[in-house]
Amino acid sequence: MIALIALVPLLGAMLPPIVIRSGRDRCTAVTAVVSLVSLAVLLAQVPAVFSGEPVRTSVEWVPALGLSFSFFLDGLGLLFAGLILGIGLLITLYARFYLGRDEKVGRFFAYLLLFQGAMLGIVTSDNILLLVVFWELTSLSSFLLIGWWSHTPEGRQGARMALVVTGGGGLLLIGGMLLLGQAAGSYELTTILARGEVVRGSPLYLPILLLVLGAAFTKSAQFPFHFWLPHAMAAPTPVSAYLHSATMVKAGVFLLARLWPVLSGTETWFLVVTGTGLITMLIAAWIALFKTDLKAILAYSTVSHLGLMTMLLGFGTPYAVTACVFHVINHATFKAALFMSAGIVDHEAGTRDIRKLGGLRRLMPVSATLALIASASMAGIPLFNGFLSKEMMLEAAAHTALVPSLATLGALLSVAYSVRFALGVYLGPVRDDYPHRPHDPPAGMWLPVAVLAFLVLAIGVAPQLLAGGIVALAGQASAGPVPIPEVHLSIWHGVTPALVMSAAALVGGLLLLAVFGPLERVREKTFRPEAKAMFDAVVAGAVAACRRGIGPMHADSLPRWLAAISATIVVVGATAFFTATYAPGTRDLLPVEFLGVVAWVLLAAACGAVVVLHGHRVLTLILTSVVGLVVSLAFLQFSAPDLALTQISVEVVTTILMLLALNLLPKLTPPEHAPLRRLRDGGIAAAIGLGAAGLAYAVMTRDFTTISDYHVTQAKPGGGGTNVVNVILVDFRGFDTFGEIIVLCIAALAVVALLDSALRGAAARRLDAVRQGLESADAHPLVLVIATRVLLPLALAVGAYIFLRGHNEPGGGFIAGLVVAIAIIMQAMASGYAWAASRFRVDAHALLGAGVLAAGVTGLGAVLLGRPFLTSWHGHFHLPLIGDVELASAMAFDAGVFLAVVGTVLLSLAQISRVEARAEHRPVPEGPLDIKFGRRQTTPTGAPLTTARVDAAKES
Amino acid sequence: MNALPVFPIVLPALTAAFLVLVLRHRLGAQRIVSVGATVLLLIVAIVLYGVAADGAPRPYLLGDWPAPFGIVLVLDRLSATMVLLTAALGLVIALAACGGWDARGRHFHPLFQFQLMGLMGAFLTGDVFNLFVFFEVMLIASYGLMLHGGGERRLKAGFQYVAINLIGSTLFLFAVGLIYAVTGTLNMADLAAKVPHVAAGDEALLKTGALLLFLVFALKAALVPLHWWLPRAYAAAPGPVAALFMLMTKVGAYAILRVFGLVFGESAGPLADVAAPWVLPAALVTLALGAAGVLASRTLSGLACFAVVWSMGLLLVAFGLFDAKGVGAGLYYLVHSTVAGAALFLLVDVLRAARGPAADRLVPTPTLPSMLSAGLFFAVAIAVAGMPPLSGFLGKLLILDASRNVPAMAWIWTIVLATSLVVILGFARAGSALFWKTAPSEAAAADDAASGREEKVRERPLLPVAACATLVAGTALLTVFAGPVTAALDTTARQALDTARYVEAVLPAAAAKKSVTLSRR
Repeated sequence: MIALIALVPLLGAMLPPIVIRSGRDRCTAVTAVVSLVSLAVLLAQVPAVFSGEPVRTSVEWVPALGLSFSFFLDGLGLLFAGLILGIGLLITLYARFYLGRDEKVGRFFAYLLLFQGAMLGIVTSDNILLLVVFWELTSLSSFLLIGWWSHTPEGRQGARMALVVTGGGGLLLIGGMLLLGQAAGSYELTTILARGEVVRGSPLYLPILLLVLGAAFTKSAQFPFHFWLPHAMAAPTPVSAYLHSATMVKAGVFLLARLWPVLSGTETWFLVVTGTGLITMLIAAWIALFKTDLKAILAYSTVSHLGLMTMLLGFGTPYAVTACVFHVINHATFKAALFMSAGIVDHEAGTRDIRKLGGLRRLMPVSATLALIASASMAGIPLFNGFLSKEMMLEAAAHTALVPSLATLGALLSVAYSVRFALGVYLGPVRDDYPHRPHDPPAGMWLPVAVLAFLVLAIGVAPQLLAGGIVALAGQASAGPVPIPEVHLSIWHGVTPALVMSAAALVGGLLLLAVFGPLERVREKTFRPEAKAMFDAVVAGAVAACRRGIGPMHADSLPRWLAAISATIVVVGATAFFTATYAPGTRDLLPVEFLGVVAWVLLAAACGAVVVLHGHRVLTLILTSVVGLVVSLAFLQFSAPDLALTQISVEVVTTILMLLALNLLPKLTPPEHAPLRRLRDGGIAAAIGLGAAGLAYAVMTRDFTTISDYHVTQAKPGGGGTNVVNVILVDFRGFDTFGEIIVLCIAALAVVALLDSALRGAAARRLDAVRQGLESADAHPLVLVIATRVLLPLALAVGAYIFLRGHNEPGGGFIAGLVVAIAIIMQAMASGYAWAASRFRVDAHALLGAGVLAAGVTGLGAVLLGRPFLTSWHGHFHLPLIGDVELASAMAFDAGVFLAVVGTVLLSLAQISRVEARAEHRPVPEGPLDIKFGRRQTTPTGAPLTTARVDAAKES
Repeated sequence: MNALPVFPIVLPALTAAFLVLVLRHRLGAQRIVSVGATVLLLIVAIVLYGVAADGAPRPYLLGDWPAPFGIVLVLDRLSATMVLLTAALGLVIALAACGGWDARGRHFHPLFQFQLMGLMGAFLTGDVFNLFVFFEVMLIASYGLMLHGGGERRLKAGFQYVAINLIGSTLFLFAVGLIYAVTGTLNMADLAAKVPHVAAGDEALLKTGALLLFLVFALKAALVPLHWWLPRAYAAAPGPVAALFMLMTKVGAYAILRVFGLVFGESAGPLADVAAPWVLPAALVTLALGAAGVLASRTLSGLACFAVVWSMGLLLVAFGLFDAKGVGAGLYYLVHSTVAGAALFLLVDVLRAARGPAADRLVPTPTLPSMLSAGLFFAVAIAVAGMPPLSGFLGKLLILDASRNVPAMAWIWTIVLATSLVVILGFARAGSALFWKTAPSEAAAADDAASGREEKVRERPLLPVAACATLVAGTALLTVFAGPVTAALDTTARQALDTARYVEAVLPAAAAKKSVTLSRR
């Protein structure tokens, strides 16, 4: 049930933006109803809370974390929740009239309700992690509300600053609450509150305290985190009145009060909390005295009063806690009233500058009276409620060392700025230079102020009757197991030290104001740190530092990135190797053979040559293909004919395709300078090379057993083939092959997609601008054409042969596919792509798709028969005439591989040829045997023809 | 029904082949088939999740060869979770891509389906070499997808991406070669059985192989200092593709968890927890660098990319704990960060299109984007930065909670919380520049001139926006149902670290015995 107190506004926040369509008044009413429902739920709990019954509800949320959706209500929660809802209702009414005609009221009320719900969540949470959730939600909704007028820089900056400071506090709170839960053994407040001893005795106490204080101090704008609050005043005044004086900023005070029984009572607590509160109270009051913007005065005054409350909690006595609770009520009433009054002045007079105001008492008598009542309370004048809690504060301070005089000083400053506020705005002579002619606002705006002013007076006159009960209840709830002294709120306690201090403050305040002029001139001349400038400088510095660090590091520099990655590989690899035990291999080395030496020298020379000549793209390609050839020789040497065949055919295909592509690239790579960088890269490369060689040596000099014994023994009986490599490829590890043909297929599709875009836009224009180099006039040499055409059927036959024998002898679909593809590429090379394509009418896309489908469907065939994917099947058939034939399902799979390989190569070829054709700038000669002997004679020089010259010749 | 574990791989593969073979010229039909197949994939994934929920790892013997001699897929809670996440996100992204991106180049849907296939394979396989194959499928498909739509920027970023990742592939082969040379097997369960009994003299080689393999996965997971490829690649990729790439980094994290939790986990004898000393420091540096990048970014896409780097740091902090609590927390954060990151990239793309010439630069425009996109940005930023009430907050809380009793706790907490603040600041600044600030009116004239073009670019943003909103709703659901979700993921984490049970399930007793005798010989 009590969960509804927070949930109703949170969920109700959805309503105003919907209802706004039927008018502003209805929207306001709906917002108020939402708050009223929540208030009704709250009030229904009052008897139970007063009778001391535990009011608790809990639903599991994340048990693994200890986070539960649990709420409880006691005096302290009741007091805060009542304030939040009561003032919220007044603010709703006020905002209705405050916001301009073109403001999006629906959204405003939605944010306001979101905040309300979050704030109610803080004060009614039982689970401390849930409290953190609500805590951060208030930061977020405050961010949205401060930035309401997002077109102003103040709004944006103020919102960001508040979010960073309070959000940062929220992060501290996460840490604090997690540790607190650990120290107390529970995340439920009701349990934790009873375990104060345990927590204070825990080694985690200090971190918990500092983290929680960090959160509370940021939220409640304690020094040195106080600076965000004045800048939050960029928000519309209802927001300032509600969030930034009456409720949200008190969340920090609430947290301290809530955890008071757990965390207070230690020396650290006293020193840090009292000290911070005291400093904040004094500094903020001093600044408030000199501010000229009404909202700024009130903002610093708020900070000062929050400092006062913090200080009271720091004292660690139950009496001080009670005083603090009482002051929460009083401050909320008079400060909200004052903020709304300032808003009225701003609204009606068009300025908030105290130097441009004065005499409003006569022009807007109603609001002036109300505001004067509230400021009297702020000043702490008897018969107003502020006096009472100030007395209690002074009384509490009187029992500590040093603090009394400083507390009196705080009260003195408070008197001074309150009087200045009242004098400067409402009293004094009427002026004639207000931006607008002020008059009393509509009742909707002053009525909420009146309600609060009435409370200020009523509590001031009859404190015990009106507030005694709730203060005693909330004070006791906050103090926890420590009994608080009997609360008896009254105006007259006799001549106590507090009264003397109070009187001194009053007189001192007036005296201070008398010398305000000279004082201000002195202050003008002294150095005043500007918190916003410092904050902005820190943020700007952080951004600049990040940009300096991140920017260059991530600027386009592939070589540097690769160097970093390679260096990481070297370091990690070396560390791994040298931090574990290693025994050299025991295998005997094979004798060195002459051919082996030749191949090795060739390989080393090719590698060395690449290093030297890598700027020449074509040479580099040729040299690297030497590496491929030597590798295939090595395969042959170590009896792996399948691999050797594959390697050679792959080498051929890739070299041809690469040569075609290189045709469109500059012949040389961009020059490299920076010898240091080359040295660095060379060093890393050498380390990697040596490492790889060393590891290879280590591996090849040792014996090891592998699962491949199984493959050798099972190839024939289980896989139906004697070529173990092929059986591995299509059967044991057919799934890998399935994946690899898909890689090929994707590569071809990517080539299509990539080069397709090269035929459009800027890339196409660059293609058009390619200047052709020298080219043979004999585009399709007769000898080559005839040779390739004769070879074609032979090559196809070889392909078929290799495919068919693959399962038992070296070969298979992959090699066969490459061989066939090479045969077709040769036609294209010799006779022109167009010629070849017009005779090979199958779209390569179809080959690709069909290949993958064939392989996949073969695999699925087994599934249909109830066996796992790709289970092979083989058997002997007796065919008439041909005789005994062995068939294996793996062959169908291999056919898929074949199709995919052919498709990939042809599709890449087709696409590269399309781009080449674009770069040719003229139709490619349509077919072979089109050598233009006649034209050659027309060139006078007899030099080889360039395409341009052919064109010129044609035109002539 | 028994064949179901292979379907998440075969279904997208055959769908893609079908699209290439039959529908390559018909985009409309491609969309229907592609989305339909992804729906089917999601259904299969849900069924598989249900099957795996009983907690027993299920090997699926491809080609009916006994493990470890053939290739096995292993369906367990962890792989089923990843498959489900992939299928669900895949469906949302397939729909988002139908909003117009798939028409800007050729073969979007086949490449997309192949990409799904690669992801599914990587999550399901129980074989390290097969994992390599699926890494290749993913790499080449992602390259194709990244280049989709063309343009110099994509081409350049794509080249960097593919060059760096090919280094990763090469390293993968070295690592696999070393591991095979010592253990003679690449089946994960078999490895897990053999690694503890490795001969003393072989330890150095095996450890080198293991850590090189870790580097491969760390490269995929964008751990600093191997993260270089990510910011540019993701920023240049089309929106839906970048959203899908959220899963690519997760594959790296998943592989680290799978291989270094299972094979080289705490029961790996002399090589127990071999990656652990490296993961945590690298993850913390990643957090710091990612957050700094978020603050430094001048474009929204750059910010999103570094936010991904940051979130990978956080994820690997969790996985780096290599205990059930850390991994459970990490898995929750993994699901969250995938969904939230994808939403962010979809939104970046929508904004880029809507903001005309300003594109995604963090500079104010004369007119503000719509309230809808502002609201979505607010929600997505909250989710990504890990603030309440969305699931990022819970993920962060779970990770902090899980790391509270480890020696590096102070480091972890400090860096996680401090970088969170930096990320919040970065998002607040970005949001303020995009949705609050307007450019001075003099620029309005320039905008008028550009508005004609703007209209043209704005092609059916409905689907991407709806997809983004769906993902945001997803993180909200992840928050509301955090209780059951974390409970399920905790069980998943415990199972993922239970080497003995995995080995027992995958290797039949006879084979297990045989493999042990083999390794002794």
